[in-house]
Amino acid sequence: MLTIKDLKVSIEDTVILNNLNLEVKAGEVHAIMGPNGTGKSTLASVIAGKDEFEVQEGSITYMGRNLLEMAVEERAREGIFLGFQYPVEIPGVSMTNFLRTSVNEIRKHKGLDKLPAADFIKLMNDKKKLVEVDSNMTNRSVNTGFSGGEKKKNEIFQMAMLDPRLSILDETDSGLDIDALKIVAHGVNALRREDNATILITHYQRLLDYIIPDKVHVIYDGRIVKSGGKELAIELEEKGYEWLKTHEKAL
Amino acid sequence: MMKKRKEIVQPQLKGELQDLYKNQKQHFVNGDPRINQMREDAIAYFSEHGFPTQKLEAWRSTDIIEDLKHDYKVAMEPEFDSVDTEKLFQCEVPDFDTALYKQLNGFFVDWQQPLTKYDNGVVIGSLKAAFQEYPELVERHFGRYANYRYNGLVALNTAFTQDGIFIYVPDNVKVEKTIQMVNVTQDENYSFVQYRNLIVMGKNSKMSMVQCDDSTNHQVSFSNVVSEYFLDEGANLDHYKLQNLNDSSTLVSAAFFEISENSNMSTNAITLNGGKIRNEAHVKINGRNANADVFGLYLVDKEQHVDNEVFMDHAVADCTSNQLFKGIADDHAHAVFNGQIMVRKDAQRTQAYQNSKNIAITDKATINAKPFLEIYADDVKCSHGATVGQLDDNAMFYIKTRGINEDDARLLLMYAFAAGVIEKIRLQPLKERIDDLVKKRLRGELSVCDQCVLHCSHPEKSYTFEIDMDKL
Repeated sequence: MLTIKDLKVSIEDTVILNNLNLEVKAGEVHAIMGPNGTGKSTLASVIAGKDEFEVQEGSITYMGRNLLEMAVEERAREGIFLGFQYPVEIPGVSMTNFLRTSVNEIRKHKGLDKLPAADFIKLMNDKKKLVEVDSNMTNRSVNTGFSGGEKKKNEIFQMAMLDPRLSILDETDSGLDIDALKIVAHGVNALRREDNATILITHYQRLLDYIIPDKVHVIYDGRIVKSGGKELAIELEEKGYEWLKTHEKAL
Repeated sequence: MMKKRKEIVQPQLKGELQDLYKNQKQHFVNGDPRINQMREDAIAYFSEHGFPTQKLEAWRSTDIIEDLKHDYKVAMEPEFDSVDTEKLFQCEVPDFDTALYKQLNGFFVDWQQPLTKYDNGVVIGSLKAAFQEYPELVERHFGRYANYRYNGLVALNTAFTQDGIFIYVPDNVKVEKTIQMVNVTQDENYSFVQYRNLIVMGKNSKMSMVQCDDSTNHQVSFSNVVSEYFLDEGANLDHYKLQNLNDSSTLVSAAFFEISENSNMSTNAITLNGGKIRNEAHVKINGRNANADVFGLYLVDKEQHVDNEVFMDHAVADCTSNQLFKGIADDHAHAVFNGQIMVRKDAQRTQAYQNSKNIAITDKATINAKPFLEIYADDVKCSHGATVGQLDDNAMFYIKTRGINEDDARLLLMYAFAAGVIEKIRLQPLKERIDDLVKKRLRGELSVCDQCVLHCSHPEKSYTFEIDMDKL
């Protein structure tokens, strides 16, 4: 589904990702771990299409297409979803209408008609149940006045609504208490299918107690230095990122 | 070496107006001796000071002198013959049941019934007729709140006052319907329009009103409007200005409010379109426990210019005031905000707040926002803030990652920004209508002929947005 080859990304002359390689197949959940400031969020933003980053070398192929040539909104319509670490507040625009616009844009891209209002409301109610979000959240302005936990749950709810092929969840677990974390994890698990894939970006192993990844990658200094199964996350948790640094030197 | 300042030459129109006043005195000097004398003093003031120029601090960012250099026609009498006034004023707000009072180029239209006198004592209609029928009432209030020495335009308006809207609400009367006063500027010639409104509200009275200024063609015009509002003790006024003028028009609309003890007023100036528009709100809070809200929303693009001036005068203790102005300037547009809060020596425990937020869409758009506090009392809570920003890049990115394209994302954010002022509108049907007009305006679909049945509009561009903004 997604193939990243020899990716080199910089922002204002500072190289953030260098020589990064990653292969994600349909049906897989990948966890990307690593210390702060090593390029995890940059990778998420580059896949989603944020233009402040400059891709200097390498390629990203998504569903057989050159992803780097696609506009942000086109990537979204083709099934890429980014769950934000810091979701943006948009006062004055209700969640319901924001999502309806979004859902209909994606449907239009697929050559489908707009979803009738009744069907849309049904879809929303179904997905709310699936990801266990409060019903009043959708009457409020997008993320406006939401608590940290509500904002993260709202990202999962949007993911459920848009039904993406590839979801990238950027530190969705950060700042969540254990109950909220469980709800988020439950949502991700419920949406997991053979034909979609998820990239979890996380600093802690904690989230991986609830979402079992197929692959774990450790990113350090702008590239993936170690990949493995779910046991790698446990090893990392036990030994800490310091272990990685000595390991890195030894490499 | 002395710095030489550029000499500003007053337009020819100044001399023409002075002559016109002299030669057409019968139109003006015909009533109460105090008002007659005031007109004489006002024209003398105008002759001495002329139109306000950029040399005046309050006009530093707004030049009207160039706009006054056209060959204007100044009508001394109404000319309704060529216009189907019935059609012209058809209101398009479906559920908005207002009492509509119509003016064409500053003259009251319904001459069959110049003053409507309601059973509860409310009088609404032509100021010209009120001068004849209610001379004492007019004398008691006219020119008491709008000081002609304020500037040359107020002086000129005072000297030339003929018509406009007059409203009197007796004590303890609550006006059920919203009063809508619409002035349409429409003439084959370049027209110089002046009108004067006088609104008097008795003790514990209540009223909501909408003051619309519209044009229906693309002809050049200059409008000089002065409105005076007096709120007696406990009165409650909910006031809106709605401006949708063509790109060749200039409008200076100055409102002077004097409010008394326990009274409450809100005024909200919504500028949708216009070549050059200046709104002034002068509020004198003259009795304790009174509150004044002054809001504004302006959307300007192309070469348009909008200027909002507020002078909030806390003269007595224990009063509150709020100012919130929001504006979006696109293309080469220019937006100005000058807000002054004056807290006088005796105005203890005043709470006065001011906020001006602006978005410049392009780097060619100019915004001048200047808050100004002048505080002489020691026990007060005052704050002011002025921001000029761009649309938030992070928010743009967020919306686009949900599959929404660049133009729609921008539209969504502009609308979200404007919503802060739209939310302040307390009249539900008006709120929905303005909400709709703002969306149309942001989509580039609003025409000056939007409410007109003459179908003379030539929209320059047509836009299509996929976004469904019907019920955002």
